[in-house]
Amino acid sequence: MFLSMNWIQDFVDLSGLDKIELIHKFSLSTAEVENDIFHKGSDISGIVVGEIKSVENHPDSKKLHLLKIDAGEDELIDVVCGAPNVRVGFKTAFAKVGAKIGEITIAPRPLAGFTSNGMCCSEAEIGISDDNSGIMEITDDVKNGTDLKDIYEIDDIVFEVDNKSLTNRPDLWGHYGIAREFAALAGRELKPLDLDDLKAYDGLKKIDMKIEDTLCQRYSCLQVENINRNVSPVNMRIRLFYCGMRAINYLADLTNYLMLEMGQPMHAFDSRKVEKIRIKRFDKPFTFKTLDGVERNIDENTLMICNGDTPVAIAGIMGGLDSEIVDDTTTLTLESATFNAVSVRKSTVRLAHRTDASMRYEKCLDPEMTVTAIARFVYLLKKYDSDIKVVSSLTDEYAFKYDTVILDFDKNFVDRYTGIEISNDRIVATLESLGFKVELNNDNFSVTVPSWRATKDVTIKADIIEEITRIYGYDNFEIHTTRSPLYPVRASVIKTTENKIKDMLVKRYNLHELHSYVWAYNDELKAIDIPVEDNVKLANATNPNIETLRNSIVPTQLCQVKSNLSFSNDFGIFEIGRVVNGLDENGLCIENKKLAITLYSKTRNVKDIYFELRDILAVVTDEIKHKALTFEKAEPTHSYEHPVNLYSVCLDGKNIGTIGIVHPTVSKKIDKKAAIVFAEIDVNAYANTEAAPIVYDEPSKFPPMDYDISVEVPQGMFFSHLAECWKNEGGEILKSTKIVDTYDTETVHSVTIRFEFSSNERTLSSAEVQKIMDKIISNLSENGVKLRG
Amino acid sequence: MNEKLLSLKDEIKSRLGETKDLTDLDKIRVSYLGKKGSITALLKGMKDLPNEERKTFGAEVNKLKAQAAQLIEERLAELKEKEIQREIALMPQFDITSPVALARGSYHPITLVQRECEKVFSSMGFNIEDYSEIVTDYECFEALNIPKHHPARDMQDTYYLDNGQLLKSHTSAAQNAILKKYSKGLIENGTPIKAIFPGRCFRNEATDACHENTFFQMEGVMVDKDISISNLIYFMKTMLSEVFKKDIKVRLRPGFFPFVEPGFELDISCLICGGEGCPSCKHSGWLELCPCGMIHPNVLREGGIDPEKYTGFAFGLGLTRLAMMKYGIKDIRDLNSGSLKALSQFTDDE
Repeated sequence: MFLSMNWIQDFVDLSGLDKIELIHKFSLSTAEVENDIFHKGSDISGIVVGEIKSVENHPDSKKLHLLKIDAGEDELIDVVCGAPNVRVGFKTAFAKVGAKIGEITIAPRPLAGFTSNGMCCSEAEIGISDDNSGIMEITDDVKNGTDLKDIYEIDDIVFEVDNKSLTNRPDLWGHYGIAREFAALAGRELKPLDLDDLKAYDGLKKIDMKIEDTLCQRYSCLQVENINRNVSPVNMRIRLFYCGMRAINYLADLTNYLMLEMGQPMHAFDSRKVEKIRIKRFDKPFTFKTLDGVERNIDENTLMICNGDTPVAIAGIMGGLDSEIVDDTTTLTLESATFNAVSVRKSTVRLAHRTDASMRYEKCLDPEMTVTAIARFVYLLKKYDSDIKVVSSLTDEYAFKYDTVILDFDKNFVDRYTGIEISNDRIVATLESLGFKVELNNDNFSVTVPSWRATKDVTIKADIIEEITRIYGYDNFEIHTTRSPLYPVRASVIKTTENKIKDMLVKRYNLHELHSYVWAYNDELKAIDIPVEDNVKLANATNPNIETLRNSIVPTQLCQVKSNLSFSNDFGIFEIGRVVNGLDENGLCIENKKLAITLYSKTRNVKDIYFELRDILAVVTDEIKHKALTFEKAEPTHSYEHPVNLYSVCLDGKNIGTIGIVHPTVSKKIDKKAAIVFAEIDVNAYANTEAAPIVYDEPSKFPPMDYDISVEVPQGMFFSHLAECWKNEGGEILKSTKIVDTYDTETVHSVTIRFEFSSNERTLSSAEVQKIMDKIISNLSENGVKLRG
Repeated sequence: MNEKLLSLKDEIKSRLGETKDLTDLDKIRVSYLGKKGSITALLKGMKDLPNEERKTFGAEVNKLKAQAAQLIEERLAELKEKEIQREIALMPQFDITSPVALARGSYHPITLVQRECEKVFSSMGFNIEDYSEIVTDYECFEALNIPKHHPARDMQDTYYLDNGQLLKSHTSAAQNAILKKYSKGLIENGTPIKAIFPGRCFRNEATDACHENTFFQMEGVMVDKDISISNLIYFMKTMLSEVFKKDIKVRLRPGFFPFVEPGFELDISCLICGGEGCPSCKHSGWLELCPCGMIHPNVLREGGIDPEKYTGFAFGLGLTRLAMMKYGIKDIRDLNSGSLKALSQFTDDE
């Protein structure tokens, strides 16, 4: 919303104050002002009233005229002018030689064979409207040679307030409310509005009007006749233009002017079309043509202003074409009303048509304002057109009245909330300057909220704090830390686990952390042959490519692998993110936090990267939990899982995730020649598994004894099966086993296993070690494992 | 010394001069000083000499033996040194300026910025909370004093799910749960509530260089007896100065958010120009950074906290925005692009 400093100063005397500084203060105390502040008229000078004394056609041009202008000087000035509306006796804006318009300085210049000693200007050229159809017309009563700035408010400071910062302030949607803020900030008086006395018409007939719907809070109207003026006064038009509105005609301009001044939207009907005003909704949808000529679909939730049963306007949004003021209108009915804010907003959304009026109604306008607005309207109407005649008494139905809001609090409350000392006097002065009524008893305040703040904005004590502190100025606050007691803060195990995982994956394994979306991307998944699995869906996605929430990060990562093929021949990515695994018994989403890792390689075989991934999981777990992972064969449940080598990852015997190879169908779609493996771990389950303590194992002071055996491992037998053979045989002294060598032929897989024996109490005898080994070897052979010769 | 011994000494000298390596040298040592060596033989043969001759000859042979041993020792040192020199000469010159093969992983920039913020708040005694991405209408709106018909609830702003839940549109959706979690400690033990909760938020809007439907925020709350606006400004200033590692000026402007009262928009002095005015702050000297305010009494009440006894402040920091500012990321979509070209650049930054 654009605001004019001139307009504001109609209501508060700001003389002697730095206006820019005040606007800055307003931005910090009331609502956000956009950076650009416009100094209107600052680039215009030397433009005076000039009267056309003679008009001659240019001998060679159909468009050009040769004028003699009286600019209040001794001699007439010769000017060549191309405007169509020149005539003798016409007074216009005349830029004399030496005048400045923007970057241009007017100088005598030859034009089609004649010298032009100045320029007649259109309103657009001076920057006071967008009318460029001809030169500006100035009323006859102004003396020639008068500087235009002496008669018109061309000089002004215009600033723009971000509408969003006014959502909670219905009182700031007009200059008068803004002026109240400036008065409070500057410590000056707010002048009362000049109003017409509507009581004078009490004897006249009432208008037939009835509110038939609770969505209308108040409806006030008045009939006026004999409006002869058609064009608005220049200053009014300038203000409208500076505030971003086009001048249309006197009546339309005046309703707009009033809206910009008081924030109250008004509408003028041709009285013949609204003989029986009814405000109501309709049972059935219909179409309705608004005054912008657009046919709109009205449904049964939209409140309408009607003439009997014929709709004439969409309440709070826009008037109808058929009831508009037309050329032969003699009597008009002025509407000033308030409607339910939510209803107006919803209708606006349904109609996809937001207007200056609806924007204001959405903010919960003060119903007290409707009658004041009419009084102000009639005052202005009379001021510029003294012949007008009011022909009805004020007809007003006040169906919904807000409660008066009175807030009681004490000084201690203010001190506690602000943390600084603001005196009682200052509190009272601030609140009163904003229109609050304040009673102060010792340190107890009782504050009555003015009606224009009481519709929703100021309803609780904390709201009063805002009023006091914003005017006090947050820049003036002395700031200090709290006096709260100190308590230890324990980091959450999930947070620390996540951080450790990320650090290890990045720093030890060179993986890259990526983020992705919580939903499945249909097209991207389809491209790699992964169907979107059924899951909770978005109810209102606007992008047809997303509709289903993901139940695993793995498919997302496979898409990411595909889009990163050109990055490198080998890379690994990971993400800790959320997935949804259906609904629980209460119908709520089962949201899980997962760690997903995908390794991709063009240079290494699938076995190598599969084991790399297994080792990553195992080493991270050893590091964080001091525990070993176990693996259990799993059956594929997703189409991207290769059925072979798919395992559940278990910690403390609990299934916490999956490790596997990407199914060849999918893998081939991503990259025909690369190996891709994945793992997904439930982060909460992982984090919440207790870490084993570190138990110190004192190194033995006695010599250890190693015993190597080489065995041929039958097809399909796993190391974990071999380990069963010595699990219960080693006793205290078998400290560890490891594979020190492997030897593979096409048919035989052999390994050399080293058994490490030691004791903390004594030197071991070869006989006792041999005894254990004999038993182990016999166990192995019982399981079909032969010693290699 | 008799001539025989002298010529033997010369012979040793000349033979040593011809040695090329340690094996040669050892052969010489053996041939003179070994069990069957010629000097050893001379000593053995002394027993046949007459007594008076034996004494002088013995002394001379022993002298020769010592000299021979020393000559061999010297030659040994020479040869060892030669060996080392040869090894040194064999070492090729490496090109230390050759390109570095950087095998390293990377963090997502959000992780880095988030960790920095968490560190600052941890140091000031704040708990770091974790919260779900899917929440209920109650958590996201009702508990936050956002009335049924508030525009923020409109379908076009929030992603609703077909089970009636929604993807949280702001981290404030965690406020109620956090207040409830810690209200007991506050009321019974007087432990102030101090918590931050970083998390992902979702808005149903079209994406472009400045808009994302998925982004990160970090919510913070502090509740205790007598928490004031003055405290809020202090905390924001201190915290942001720590985050940006320089003295940051802050200013508050009134801002309207249903869950705070009074509510503020917090601006910081422009990080580029320091407040002088430059293109990145649109010549205002200030950057709008985060909404904050005193927690609305209704929000405290919903969290089980009596607003007559306790007050508190809350703020919402845009982590995504912070990351973009910190690393000069111009297109917000880069962050969720999954592009390694873009995202592999971010290493540990603490």
